[in-house]
Amino acid sequence: MLTQPTGSHATPSPSGRAGVGQTLVEKIWDAHVVKSEEGFPDILYIDTHLIHEVTSPQAFDGLRKRGLPVFRPKQTVATADHNVPTLDQLLPIKEELSRYQVDMLTKNCAEFGIELYGLGHPFQGIVHVIGPELGITLPGKTMVCGDSHTSTHGAFGAIAFGIGTSQVEQVFATQCLLQQKPKTMKIEVNGELGKGVGAKDIILYIIAQISAAGGTGYFIEYAGSAIEALSMEARMTICNMSIEMGARGGLIAPDQTTFDYIKGREFAPAGEEWDKALAYWKTLYSDADAKFDNVLTFDAADIAPMITYGTNPGMGMGIQENIPATQAQPEKEKLSYQKALDYMGFDDDASLIGKPVDYVFIGSCTNSRIEDLREVADFVKDKHKAENVIAWIVPGSKQVEQQAINEGLDKIFEAAGFQLREPGCSACLGMNEDKIPAGKYCVSTSNRNFEGRQGQNSRTLLASPLTAAAAAVTGVITDVRELLTPEPPKGGTERYQ
Amino acid sequence: MKKFTKLTSAVVPLNIENIDTDQIIPARFLKATTREGFGENLFRDWRYENDNQPKADFVLNNPTYSGQVLVAGKNFGCGSSREHAAWAIQDAGFDVVISSFFADIFKGNALNNGLLPIQVSEEFLTQIFKAVDKDAKSALTVDLENQTVTITETGEAESFEINAYKKSCLINGYDDIDFILAQKDLIEEFEIPNPLKGA
Repeated sequence: MLTQPTGSHATPSPSGRAGVGQTLVEKIWDAHVVKSEEGFPDILYIDTHLIHEVTSPQAFDGLRKRGLPVFRPKQTVATADHNVPTLDQLLPIKEELSRYQVDMLTKNCAEFGIELYGLGHPFQGIVHVIGPELGITLPGKTMVCGDSHTSTHGAFGAIAFGIGTSQVEQVFATQCLLQQKPKTMKIEVNGELGKGVGAKDIILYIIAQISAAGGTGYFIEYAGSAIEALSMEARMTICNMSIEMGARGGLIAPDQTTFDYIKGREFAPAGEEWDKALAYWKTLYSDADAKFDNVLTFDAADIAPMITYGTNPGMGMGIQENIPATQAQPEKEKLSYQKALDYMGFDDDASLIGKPVDYVFIGSCTNSRIEDLREVADFVKDKHKAENVIAWIVPGSKQVEQQAINEGLDKIFEAAGFQLREPGCSACLGMNEDKIPAGKYCVSTSNRNFEGRQGQNSRTLLASPLTAAAAAVTGVITDVRELLTPEPPKGGTERYQ
Repeated sequence: MKKFTKLTSAVVPLNIENIDTDQIIPARFLKATTREGFGENLFRDWRYENDNQPKADFVLNNPTYSGQVLVAGKNFGCGSSREHAAWAIQDAGFDVVISSFFADIFKGNALNNGLLPIQVSEEFLTQIFKAVDKDAKSALTVDLENQTVTITETGEAESFEINAYKKSCLINGYDDIDFILAQKDLIEEFEIPNPLKGA
């Protein structure tokens, strides 16, 4: 288990600035630079490579063509998640191409000596859910995956980012990537969150403030008292959506919350290794005099439950607000803006409150962890979904599913008319059968509201698990705050205030 | 990898912002296990009706427009890391994509496949769209060696940035794996204290 930086980690790369404190990103980056040469991208060492069935087959093929093995198979972990059905997972996959892709992953992992947590394995699940829950994701690591939501792992104070298939092949072949050192941005969120407001609302709010491209070129460090107060799972929700503002990576300095989460997990360091690791992890923070390329500060009290109204994650607003007017958009953007509203079937300057909903999807690498399921169960207990709504709950992993059953959440969901399915990416991107039909509205806890993302011509409204659950219960877009009890219920979470 | 040096071509204009990789190649077409054949599903849901009839008003179905250069609004290629997006654009016959802003992962994927992403200013992008609006056959010349894009009709030109290493990869058809493999001993040396190292 790699718990400390390897090799020449003590030597700052030439791009490090003498006499100035370092950001967390710089500390981790510099500890992983194999070679830094003027005029070339850095050769960055990758500690852990996560793979899945969709973006790996062409990379394995590339290795075969070059006659190369996987250089460090033990630093590679595979699971099947994007294509897998979420019902009857132990039966053969019905859809031929999906089955072929999942079978290819099995064959490729066997041929190249890679550990696979495939269908039927108790560790199977969404790649960004299983890494953390197995203790594979650790502070100070460099981690990559052929999936843009790899930024999720940054919640532990790791440099984690999504890569394309050519880069998957690169990491297979060399355990390294050629990468320009990114610019750094600090986003501080201070203060206390209001009633019914959670991590998903924080990140949707930030993206709405800075746009779907506002973080491009940066790695973002989230900080401030509102971030520090979050659980690990809530922090993962925040880091997960960094890519939705264009940032390849987002991370949070590890602290006691992080260490407590990791300790005792399947592959986490133990005994002496733990002590050594912990001592190193405690050095992982941005120095007080570190210079960021950009710093943004937000007040948690300004954040309401959020909902998106358009076709990119930057098109979000507080649930009580009206959709911004087309006329108020910059001239050049009016056409694209109106196209998005037309697709959604919404009028500008209108409220979404009371708008009927057809589907509710609670799942995806953004919001499918046990805390999300508990929060939804707490809310829907003794309630029932509206007749017009189909409500799916897709746990992030077999372990999350098992935990939900152990806690009796499955019974609560069943009584409330919510269907608890089996783990996978599911309706987040509709690669399996879980698609939202054309024209239908889905309040989704996933991360993207792009045209057709959840199925051809489907319409997605991104929101938190609580806001999604509220829509399922009322059948319309609802301000969840109006349904929350004024007193904290027994066993409730701190978000009920 | 495909080499690139210089190109003069008409362009296909797609004046829409925030074109995400789900539009470029929808997820349901990501089930192939080879790199070929994605071009026919490029912009699938903008290009075809549900019954697979071409949508007459979409630019790729308009015979007036052709060429190896795709020109699009800002924040092109945002969203998913699927390299299939770059493969689809290339497979459909494009060698260059021009926009006023690219998403990072898409840009890297394009470069790794010899598809040249060129970031121009908002003003120059507007000039290109205007030129094509006026004359659909209006051509651009892309010169990688000199890092310039020129509107052939008007002679208006703008220089573009590209990482010197990536530029030489494109010109010579090298890829990153060749480059890193040549330094494998450095990687092994770096790994010495790493107990995770494979058997």
